[in-house]
Amino acid sequence: MYRYDSYDQAMVDARVEEFRDQTRRRLSGALTEDQFKPLRLMNGLYLQLHAYMLRVAIPYGTLSAPQMRMLAHIARTYDKGYGHFTTRQNLQFNWIRLEDAPDILADLATVEMHAIQTSGNCIRNISADQYAGVSADEVADPRPWAELLRQWSSFHPEFTYLPRKFKFAVIASEEDRAAMRLHDIGIQLVERDGVVGARLFVGGGMGRTPMIGHELRDFVPESALIAYLEAALRVYNRYGRRDNKYKARIKILVHELGIDDYRRQVEEEFAAIGAQGIEPPVEELARIRAFFAAPDYETGLPETVDRSDPDFALWLDRNVAAHKAPGYAIANVSLKPVGGIPGDATAEQLDLLADLAERYSFGELRTTHSQNVVLPHVRKADLPALWQALDDAGLGTANLDRITDMIACPGLDYCALANARSIPLAQKISERFARAGKAETLGELKLKISGCINACGHHHAGHIGILGVDRKGTENYQLLLGGSAAEDCSLGHITGPGFDEDGVVDAIERVTDLYLARREDDERFLDTYRRIGMAPFKEAIYD
Amino acid sequence: MKLLTGNDLASGDSIWWSGRGWSRHVADAVDVGAGADAAALLAAETAALRVNSGYVVDAEQGPDGPCPTHIKERIRAAGPTVRPDLAIDSTIPIVKA
Repeated sequence: MYRYDSYDQAMVDARVEEFRDQTRRRLSGALTEDQFKPLRLMNGLYLQLHAYMLRVAIPYGTLSAPQMRMLAHIARTYDKGYGHFTTRQNLQFNWIRLEDAPDILADLATVEMHAIQTSGNCIRNISADQYAGVSADEVADPRPWAELLRQWSSFHPEFTYLPRKFKFAVIASEEDRAAMRLHDIGIQLVERDGVVGARLFVGGGMGRTPMIGHELRDFVPESALIAYLEAALRVYNRYGRRDNKYKARIKILVHELGIDDYRRQVEEEFAAIGAQGIEPPVEELARIRAFFAAPDYETGLPETVDRSDPDFALWLDRNVAAHKAPGYAIANVSLKPVGGIPGDATAEQLDLLADLAERYSFGELRTTHSQNVVLPHVRKADLPALWQALDDAGLGTANLDRITDMIACPGLDYCALANARSIPLAQKISERFARAGKAETLGELKLKISGCINACGHHHAGHIGILGVDRKGTENYQLLLGGSAAEDCSLGHITGPGFDEDGVVDAIERVTDLYLARREDDERFLDTYRRIGMAPFKEAIYD
Repeated sequence: MKLLTGNDLASGDSIWWSGRGWSRHVADAVDVGAGADAAALLAAETAALRVNSGYVVDAEQGPDGPCPTHIKERIRAAGPTVRPDLAIDSTIPIVKA
C-alpha cells in the first residue's frame, strides 16, 4: 500500500489545523454559515437531517488494518457506533458534532487518512476496481495510476473550483467492477504492443441526466497521462456550464459539443501543454509503483477447500473470487445481511475486519462501490476459519451480486437531498427475496435504490433500479429495468407509473416471476430482459 | 401552523423553537406564524448562534402536539426510521394514513 511521504503528511496535517481554526471561528460567530459552509464541505463535512455527516476518503477503495481500526475508533468515540460505506468506496459517519470534527480529522491524519475533496466542485476521491492487484485478468495494477491521480488532483489549484464535481474511476480488466463508464472520466488500462497505457472515456455519469461515457482516446501512454487529463479538465473548466448547476457536469458539455469537437479541443490543449513538462518524473512513478508490490505470497499452498459445511460452501461459491496467486482467494464480505441496512457496519465489525485483515490478508482491505468490503489476499486454506469468524459477527451472508446484495443510498432517513426513504425498502426486498431461497434461484441480479434523482444509489445502472420521488408529499417509487454498470454498460428504462413502498416490492416480485418463467438456460435476469424487451414485464407489472 | 426549526450549531441536532428556547422535541414547538416576526426571531437566534440554517415549516396540530406536514420534517423530528434505538420521538407518524 502507498505510504505518505513528508509532503503528503504535511499537507494533511496543515489542513487539519486550518480546519480547526475555521471551526473555532464558526463556533465563535466570527464566520457565518454562508462563509463556513464551503470550507466545511471542502473537508467532507455536510449538515444532514439529524446531525453533521463526515465523509472520509478511502483512496481507490484501499485500506490498511490500522486505518480500518481508526474508522472503528471514530465510530465508537465520536459517532453512534457505526459507519456507512458509500457507493464511492468511502465511509460516512452520520452523527458528527461540529466541535469534534477537527479532532476526528486529526485522528484520521495519524493513519494517513482525511476527508479532503469528498465534497465540493473538485476532483473527488478516485475510485478503482476493488480487485486491483489481485485479479488474474488485469493488464496492470491500477492502484499506482490511481495514486498518481490522487496526488495530481489533491489541492490542484486550477481544479479546486470546477463547474461541478468530477469523478474518476480506474480499472485494468475487461470486466468492469467499478462502473467505469458512468464516471466523468473513466480510465481502462490497456496494453498496446507490450506497453501499458490508458484508454479514456469521458462524459459518463448518473444523476438527473444519466449518460454512458464516450471513448475519448484509445491509448494514452503513462508518460503523457497527466498532461492529457490536464487538457481534458481545462477544456471542461473553460466551457462547463457554470450558469446552471443542473447542466454543469462534463457529460452535458460533451453532449452539447459532441465527442468529436470536445476531443478536438482537448487534443489542441494537449499539444499546447505538451511542451510545458508537467509530467511527473519517471523516478516518482517508480517510487509510487514500488508501494504496490505484491505481498510475499507463500508457494505450494493447497488449492482445495473442504466444502462439507453447506453454508460455508454457499459462501465460497457466492462471495469468493479467483486470485492471481496460486493457493489464494479474494474474499468478499457482504454488508447486506437479510433485513439489514446496506453498507452499514458497527464499530465492532470494523474492528473485526481489521483483525481479520491482519490475520488472513496481509493487513489489507478494499471497499467496493456496491457497499461491501473485500479481503484481497486470503489463503484458500484459511477460508473456513475466515468465514466462521465473519459469520459469527453477522458478516457471513452469502449473497454477492444477488438481489439481496442491493445498493441503497441513505435516503430520507438521513439525507437532506432525498425525496423518499431507500433503506426500509431495501430491507423489505431483502426479507421478501431471502424467503425460500428465492434470491439464490434468481442468480445474478443487481438491484439499486436511490432516494432521489441525484442517483447516489445508482438506480440507472441496476438490472432493476428504484428511484424514490416525492409525489405531493408522499413517497413514491419508480421502477427501472435493464441498467448495468459493468462492461455491458446500459441505462435502465422506467416501467411506467410509480408505486408506494409495498407496491414496488410486489412489482419486483412480478418482474422476477416473469423472468423465472421466461429465462433460457443459465440466462441472467439482465440477458432475459434484453432478449424479450420491456413489454412483457410491463404487462406483468400493470395488467 | 408554522414551526421554526434548524440545527444546533455545535452538535448539528435538529431543534425546534419552543417559545422560550430550542427543544429537541417537536412536541414542544410553538406556532410562530408566517409573518415578519418569525423571520426576525430566526435572524436574532441565528446571530446569537443558538440555531444554524433555520427555516419555517408547515405543521398541523396532532394529538401529541405539533406534527410537521412534510415527511422530511417528520423524519427530522422522529429520527431515522430504520434505527428505532436512535429515535428522538418514535410516536410521530411518518407515513400519514
